[in-house]
Amino acid sequence: MRLELAGVTKRFGSLVANDHVDLTVEAGEIHCLLGENGAGKSTLMNVLFGLQRADEGEIRVDGAPVRFADPGDAIAHGIGMVHQHFMLVPVFTAADNVVLGFEPTRSGGFLDREKAREDIRRLSSEFGLEVDPDAVVEDLPVGLQQRVEILKALHRDANLLILDEPTAVLTPQETESLFAIMRGLKETGRSILFITHKLKEVLAVADRITVMRLGRVVGTTTPAGSGEHVLASMMVGRDVELVVHKDDAQPGSPVLQLEGLTVTDERGVTVIDAVDLEVRAGEIVALAGVQGNGQTELAEALLGLTQPSSGRILLDGKDITRATPREALRAGIAYIPEDRQAEGLVLDMSIADNLVLDVHDRPPFAHRGARDLTAVRESGEHKLQEFDIRARSAEVPVGTLSGGNQQKVVVARELSRPVRLLVASQPTRGLDVGSIEYVHRRIVEERDKGVAVLLVSSELDEILALGDRVAVMYRGAIVGVVPPTTGRDRIGLMMAGAGVPA
Amino acid sequence: MSTASLAAPAAIVEGRLVSVSRVRGLGAFLVLLAAVAAVPLGLGTRAGVQAAFDFADPPAIDLGILHMPVRAVCVALGVVTALLGAWLLAGRQRRGTYLVFTAGVLLFLWAFLTWVARNNDLSFTQLLAETMVSATPLVYGSLSGVMCERAGVVNIAIEGQFLAGAFLGAMIGSATGVLWLGLVAGGLSGAVLGALLAFLALRYGADQIIVGVVIVAFCTGLTNFLTEQVLSNHQNLNAGATFGTWAIPGLARIPVLGPVLFHQNVFFYLAAVLLVVIHVGLFRTRWGLRVRAVGEHPRAAATVGIHVLRVRYRNVILGGVIAGIGGASFTVGSIGEFSAGMTAGLGYVALAAMIFGRWRPFGALSAALLFGFAVSLQSFLAVLGVNIPSPFLSMAPYVITIAVVAGLVGRVRPPGADGVPYSPE
Ligand SMILES: Nc1ncnc2c1ncn2[C@@H]1O[C@H](COP(=O)(O)OP(=O)(O)OP(=O)(O)O)[C@@H](O)[C@H]1O
Ligand SMILES: [Mg+2]
Repeated sequence: MRLELAGVTKRFGSLVANDHVDLTVEAGEIHCLLGENGAGKSTLMNVLFGLQRADEGEIRVDGAPVRFADPGDAIAHGIGMVHQHFMLVPVFTAADNVVLGFEPTRSGGFLDREKAREDIRRLSSEFGLEVDPDAVVEDLPVGLQQRVEILKALHRDANLLILDEPTAVLTPQETESLFAIMRGLKETGRSILFITHKLKEVLAVADRITVMRLGRVVGTTTPAGSGEHVLASMMVGRDVELVVHKDDAQPGSPVLQLEGLTVTDERGVTVIDAVDLEVRAGEIVALAGVQGNGQTELAEALLGLTQPSSGRILLDGKDITRATPREALRAGIAYIPEDRQAEGLVLDMSIADNLVLDVHDRPPFAHRGARDLTAVRESGEHKLQEFDIRARSAEVPVGTLSGGNQQKVVVARELSRPVRLLVASQPTRGLDVGSIEYVHRRIVEERDKGVAVLLVSSELDEILALGDRVAVMYRGAIVGVVPPTTGRDRIGLMMAGAGVPA
Repeated sequence: MSTASLAAPAAIVEGRLVSVSRVRGLGAFLVLLAAVAAVPLGLGTRAGVQAAFDFADPPAIDLGILHMPVRAVCVALGVVTALLGAWLLAGRQRRGTYLVFTAGVLLFLWAFLTWVARNNDLSFTQLLAETMVSATPLVYGSLSGVMCERAGVVNIAIEGQFLAGAFLGAMIGSATGVLWLGLVAGGLSGAVLGALLAFLALRYGADQIIVGVVIVAFCTGLTNFLTEQVLSNHQNLNAGATFGTWAIPGLARIPVLGPVLFHQNVFFYLAAVLLVVIHVGLFRTRWGLRVRAVGEHPRAAATVGIHVLRVRYRNVILGGVIAGIGGASFTVGSIGEFSAGMTAGLGYVALAAMIFGRWRPFGALSAALLFGFAVSLQSFLAVLGVNIPSPFLSMAPYVITIAVVAGLVGRVRPPGADGVPYSPE
């Protein structure tokens, strides 16, 4: 179907999130939407999907003006959407989430769960996005939740599919499968609106590219007519370094030591299997692996969010195996969780408060049990500048920020406190190229200050760019620790469980 | 992969984690109960004292009276309970924890009842039948709560809906002489109050707790006033007629079970039907999946085209109907006459039962039954003249419910968006 947006304007108070945006998506086209964090991409998509109402402008489907009062109307017009912040019910199984709203039923409104499972298995194998239909969504790492969210949209068989940063936590292989799906859909005349911050992906799949900045469309181009650098500077308005500069690590004494760490989950499945690992002061150890091989659980165990069933965790030689999260933080661990909304932020609280969550009860933010709100506010405003968080002020609820800016708040908080160990799970999830550059630089700076860094990422580029050593996880165990100069193919094989290189 | 043999740190019961220490705690509690059964109850009774359990309740087949030696029975039951407790304390196998614990508690109760009935005649059947009667309004109340809260709206107005239903049920039933109309009127009054709650909370985003409390206060005041001004002067409006019991042919003749389950009035049977229907509806049908989605994550529900507010309105009003019928059961279902404040806070107890039951119909049922049992046991004890001061006796149902249920249930998790207003944008 052919979709036109004409003069769409959306305001939040004094802020103009979309300023007379014109955009046309042809039938059978993959249209990429690019733009900095906070440029207004998600807002535009939410308007298109009926989640938010435009203040001005018109939406036309196949030439006819339409008005979407709620997502039900958009769905009725054949529009489907993968949301940047997943719209999944945490306590439901993957299968229930995928079919919700389009449930296969037997007579009398009874759910046909067997058919739902079948459908998901079929979609999973057809599209190469493996998901256990009976897994409860909240127990899944974000990468798997992302697969569920994508399957949910595919299940609906939409004519226009909106994909808001579906690849932020996908591994390269998964991204490839998704591209194959997208190309297949395009063949059948369906249209796709694809948002991503990864310029390589844009060049790989886009038919046309629209770039937004500060709520406006600044230009439309094609992959042939542009390269990564051109796109990056169109987006950000300046030149961006696309590679990380760092000196060789100067590792000091071991900061984090894991000895035979084993974690068993609620079902009795071993999710971390006798892991031995050492991270020294002044080095970045990058944890590579396909989603769901224990990376998330390892990070959670370090923070005391789950209790190991055996083995030890040592921080600077001190045993913190049984520490609570609070004790772990106080012992000098900073943690960037993979799911910013579920674990990183209190969405209804202000940016300033979120920035001091871990130190709100200590000087300079509190004196003798009373909070110093001026100090909190000032430090908040300061961090907005420092980390280039795009917000009207530090007093607005963090939930009203764009996804990338929410991520920056989490990163800013965790990099604002002197620590011994930084555990960063998907630290640049959803950040634009400029911000990635900045966060990478900050992580390297932390390393150079002598902090031990454990980086978890689904992005192999990020692992290779930042890691001083790369530890590969497979089925809860570490199958090998190799230098980042080891070839991608070799590491890819290890991620598939192929053992240590000779 | 060398750790397959590792002992799991905890076991799952119904999808929940039961920690080793909790299992041990339950085991220790059973051992304590066993000691009570064996020593003060068992050994503390002279040998030769007999207890009589009466199993002769129409319409069931007459089984006559069962005589039991108190001392021997209490000691024997104490020993078995102690064994069950020890099994939990050993903490090897955690799968059957709750089953074993429940069995232990039941054995203790048997010992206790035997002791109570020493030198006496106790109708076990009647004890259970009264348990059902006391539990019935709680089942309505907690089902109402389940309907509302599963969709994300806190209905603290159940107490008010009870009162309104009880009042109108008695009045309309008496005025028309058709008890069915009383039942319907009770349901309607609940629906109206539910609609009011839904309107204020969903349309204007008013705080659900406050609206609920105000509705209760309103109903209390209004029924008090009308009772004094109207009912007391017009006896014919509060005549006190009640539904008779229906014996289900055949089934009612089963000893014990018959009189308890198959010889009750319409409110009991309706509650049983609602329990099953709501349980199956919530967990097996499209309607239920959508309701739960709306209660857990309304925005996610909205993005798949579900009308969040519509689902909430519907459920809150249906919940009101259920609570209103539950209210009518206080009058036309059991006592007949309406008296001011007769629901005595049971609307809140029903909410507690719903929470203890983890927002599941059958979970709530077990809490309601427990409470009902405590209530009927208390009245039996009072009649048998056990020498416990009566204020303590009347406190007992509440204390027992809290203790047992808190020990059994532990931490519960409400629906994700329970009580959280939803605005489409
Ligand atoms: N509900 C809201 N209330 C107030 N402001 C909002 C709200 N939603 C979005 N905004 C603002 O609108 C602007 C655009 O946000 P949007 O989420 O569309 O950005 P985005 O392009 O998707 O960015 P990202 O790449 O980080 O996801 C931001 O400045 C954001 O703070
Ligand atoms: Mg966005």
